[in-house]
Amino acid sequence: MIRLLTFRLNGRERTDAVADNVLLLDHLRESVGLTGTKTGCDGGECGACTVLVDGAPVLSCLTLAATVADRSVETVESLAEEGRLAFIQEGFHRKLGSQCGYCTPGLIMASEALLRRDPDPTEDAIRDALGSNICRCTGYVKIVEAVRWAAEAAAAGRAGATRSAAP
Amino acid sequence: MSATASSTDERHQDAMPARVRTIGGYVPLVDGPDKVSGRARYTADLPAAAGALAGRILRSPWGHAAIRSVDTSEAEALPGVRAVVTGADCDRTFGVLPIAMHEYPLARDRVRYRGEAIAAVAADDDATAERALALIRVEAEELPAYYRAEDAIAPGAIDLHEKRPGNVERDVEYELGDVDAALAGADLVREKTYRCAEVCQAQMEMHAALADYDPERGRLTVHASTQVPYYVHLMLARCLDMERSRIRVVKPHIGGGFGCRTETLHVELVCALLARRAGGAVRLVTTREETFITHRGRPEQTVRLKMGLRRDGRITGVECESVQRGGAYSGYGIVTILYSGSLLYAIYDLEHVRYRGRRVLTNTPPCGAMRGHGTVNVRFAFEALLDEMAAELGLDPFAVRRANLIDPPAVTPNDLLVNSYGLPECLDRVERASGWRERRGRLPAGRGLGMACSHYVSGASKPVHWTGEPHATVHIKLDFDGSVVILTGAPEIGQGSSTVLVQCVTEVLGVDPGRIRIVASDSEVTPKDNGAYSSRVTVMVGNAAIEAAERLLDTLTRAAARELEVEPGDVEVLGEVYRAGSQDRGLTFDEVAAAALRESGTITVKGNFSTPAEAQGGKKYRGATVGSTTGYSYAAQVVEVRVDEETGQVTVERVWVAHDCGKALNRLAVEGQVQGSVWMGMGQAMSEETGYADGLLSAPNLLDYRVPSIADSPPIDVQIVESNDPLGPFGAKEAGEGSLAGFLPALTSAVADAIDLRMDELPVTPDRVWRALERRRREAERAARTARRGAANGGASGAARQASGTPRGAPAPPRPTEAETGTGAGSGAGSASASEGDSIRPHASSRTAGDERSNFRSNGPDSDSGPGSDSGPGSGSPARAGGRRTKGRSA
Repeated sequence: MIRLLTFRLNGRERTDAVADNVLLLDHLRESVGLTGTKTGCDGGECGACTVLVDGAPVLSCLTLAATVADRSVETVESLAEEGRLAFIQEGFHRKLGSQCGYCTPGLIMASEALLRRDPDPTEDAIRDALGSNICRCTGYVKIVEAVRWAAEAAAAGRAGATRSAAP
Repeated sequence: MSATASSTDERHQDAMPARVRTIGGYVPLVDGPDKVSGRARYTADLPAAAGALAGRILRSPWGHAAIRSVDTSEAEALPGVRAVVTGADCDRTFGVLPIAMHEYPLARDRVRYRGEAIAAVAADDDATAERALALIRVEAEELPAYYRAEDAIAPGAIDLHEKRPGNVERDVEYELGDVDAALAGADLVREKTYRCAEVCQAQMEMHAALADYDPERGRLTVHASTQVPYYVHLMLARCLDMERSRIRVVKPHIGGGFGCRTETLHVELVCALLARRAGGAVRLVTTREETFITHRGRPEQTVRLKMGLRRDGRITGVECESVQRGGAYSGYGIVTILYSGSLLYAIYDLEHVRYRGRRVLTNTPPCGAMRGHGTVNVRFAFEALLDEMAAELGLDPFAVRRANLIDPPAVTPNDLLVNSYGLPECLDRVERASGWRERRGRLPAGRGLGMACSHYVSGASKPVHWTGEPHATVHIKLDFDGSVVILTGAPEIGQGSSTVLVQCVTEVLGVDPGRIRIVASDSEVTPKDNGAYSSRVTVMVGNAAIEAAERLLDTLTRAAARELEVEPGDVEVLGEVYRAGSQDRGLTFDEVAAAALRESGTITVKGNFSTPAEAQGGKKYRGATVGSTTGYSYAAQVVEVRVDEETGQVTVERVWVAHDCGKALNRLAVEGQVQGSVWMGMGQAMSEETGYADGLLSAPNLLDYRVPSIADSPPIDVQIVESNDPLGPFGAKEAGEGSLAGFLPALTSAVADAIDLRMDELPVTPDRVWRALERRRREAERAARTARRGAANGGASGAARQASGTPRGAPAPPRPTEAETGTGAGSGAGSASASEGDSIRPHASSRTAGDERSNFRSNGPDSDSGPGSDSGPGSGSPARAGGRRTKGRSA
């Protein structure tokens, strides 16, 4: 059955006609057109589709779109401010927490959720929080560094000063 | 970063911008901002995909069967179905090696593995496509299927392919030197057999293609997740019988490769066939399960190794016999089995080698060129045996490697050129960093340190398709806007190749990198490139980029000289400023560019690279060029482990790795590549294996196929060693593969150090360790009983040793026998509950022809009995990968 779904997506309220059996992942990617969130498996295996629902990390491939009615959904596209990368994005960029980049949006959203509840996470806390996100490129070493960089950058409030100018 | 000098007032001598240099720095990826922001488009994300039809593939439930008929009439009649294609629509084979093209995009008269594509549908949406697949009727007669190499080559086995009698893809055999004499001159000769389970890439992005056929112009555009768009281009032309000029292939962002897409896959070919039939655009994205069951991973491989060692640590000779279970089609198989032999050389000073390698065709998914192609399992065996023998002679693992170092430059007995050789420094660096001398042998019980070395080519010297062209070509365009655009076919697959090429051009021109852009892998605009495989891009394409940039610099310098009215040799190039001496205010880059364009219009320069003849290997045996390269990377690593003897769980505490990449063009990227390699080696060593049950891959998802999670993954300390290769761009060699293989033997060496147990079978899962420990306990008890009996006769000392109480340096415990370790391939990855009975041996099925849910009908070869124990039909219901995100196994 198709119903109207009203929810807040990346800070903006919207209403879509959505079938009951549509996954949040597919709704975001195929209907809304936000393709930053990735499909990496057949359901709940890899974490590439992680988004935030009311601030908590959720696997959008195991979430029916209908269940986010009147809730707030945040995807990787929401993080940049005025077009500039957020600290967590910049951390992944500068520290090479992202190689092929496919797992990156999911890892960034899981990291973002972590940093909101624990702005100064230990390495163990980072490894705990990202345990259900698979990355096949990095060996995770630089992902830990990326999250730590973001935590430190945020703490130091080094907003514009640390912007990268990669070649 | 220097800013672009924009106003003459700023151009005082003391404010002159310096040439920008990024080589050797920590340079984030040029496409990083796209990836972290979600803007990067992968094939499934492309805007054009929005209006495309949904493609789906029907796959074989049989390991081996003769197809009698494929009836698509009902599927075609389903509303919303726009195209259906079967093997009848394409009678042309594809494959990566010109001498071994045996695969059809859609099976025609035979299917040879469970998961092979039989038919495909394009429909208005996924659900309709899915329904249509269920309406396709396939009748087939099952044939004996061979899921193990030994079954496929057993007497009486039927041939999978007419042109491969006996199911041997390639039997490589050679002897260089005199191995028997060399072994006779050794103080210690040992022989052992090592078994490595099949592993696969499990890259994060599933295979995807977007094909758009324009019937008006007869043109085809294909976007595909591939490492080799050029090969895809060739195979599209071949299989669709189209002129190459009518085809455009684009590689968008791709989510990892690791060798799974270093050859054309059926996915892009089937997608194109559907698009042409539908007369429009089709998007085909495989499920994770489909990606697994059609993987192109590293084959299951047994390596029997015999080595002679002298007391001074010198290796006298090596005999190596290896069998790879190659899967149903040739793929890169011939190359893979040749690599296994050829790269026994070029890491140590080795003279006498006898090699026999057999690549066997089996009814499992075709294997491919996974990271460290062909070299990994043999390197595991070599280093593991060397380690064990060194221990037996009381030699330190580092010392025994140092006793066998090459004195470069050197040419190996199989004609491989070793130019730069940083292995000695790699050894020194990890020995120091890990505290080896102070810590080895002094760790608490259950902890251990192990080490090993490895190496890899920096680009295969001989291209797969020998056209006579240079090995790499790069174009650089300079236009009125002062932008420098690098055009390259080299596929950026996350390894950072585009970043390195920008760095190479930046280094030559010295300009602000902000004015440099790169366009990669679009056949409409970029020059052909062989692709991202064999770690070739940095060396080959990097060298070509440098040559192109030097030509552009020359053009610009001459233009500046004309403007400044001096000789070109008197022009000082500061990147953003060209001047005629320190008193000259000079010209901005934009002014010089405008002057250069005045003569010729928009400038396009070209750079080429070809591997020199002396680095192209020899002819001492058939296929001897495989393994040749301009420069080998070298790596040494130390692994520290903790082993829980109660559970058999091995935990890696830390890894120290030193990698000789010639010159780190980008230290950040080199570290990332080395860490990723080591970690992928860790997955193979400790938890990853595909496993088959009646030919059906038993771990077809990322939960059962155990890729290490962040929680399982250790810190990896990277030491960069720079040996400055004379043929590399700025001295560089490869960084993304050479460190992988060393992890495997370093791990088993560390386990041996921790609990005095040599694991000869990979992966070292808790169940395997636990079983080996149990076996040792039983044998110790048996030995103790024997000793007690013997003691009555005044006999032997206590042979029994408790596992945890074993003194270090003691002789190795009894080793698991083949019968006890089982085949390995069948046990669930990391599953402690894997039973002895879960081997891959097929069983005779009592299945009737198709069940009611099934669109497949088949007759077993000899019905229930099956012709002999090594054959048998598959079992159960169809194995076609389920609908999107359906979790269940198919059978």
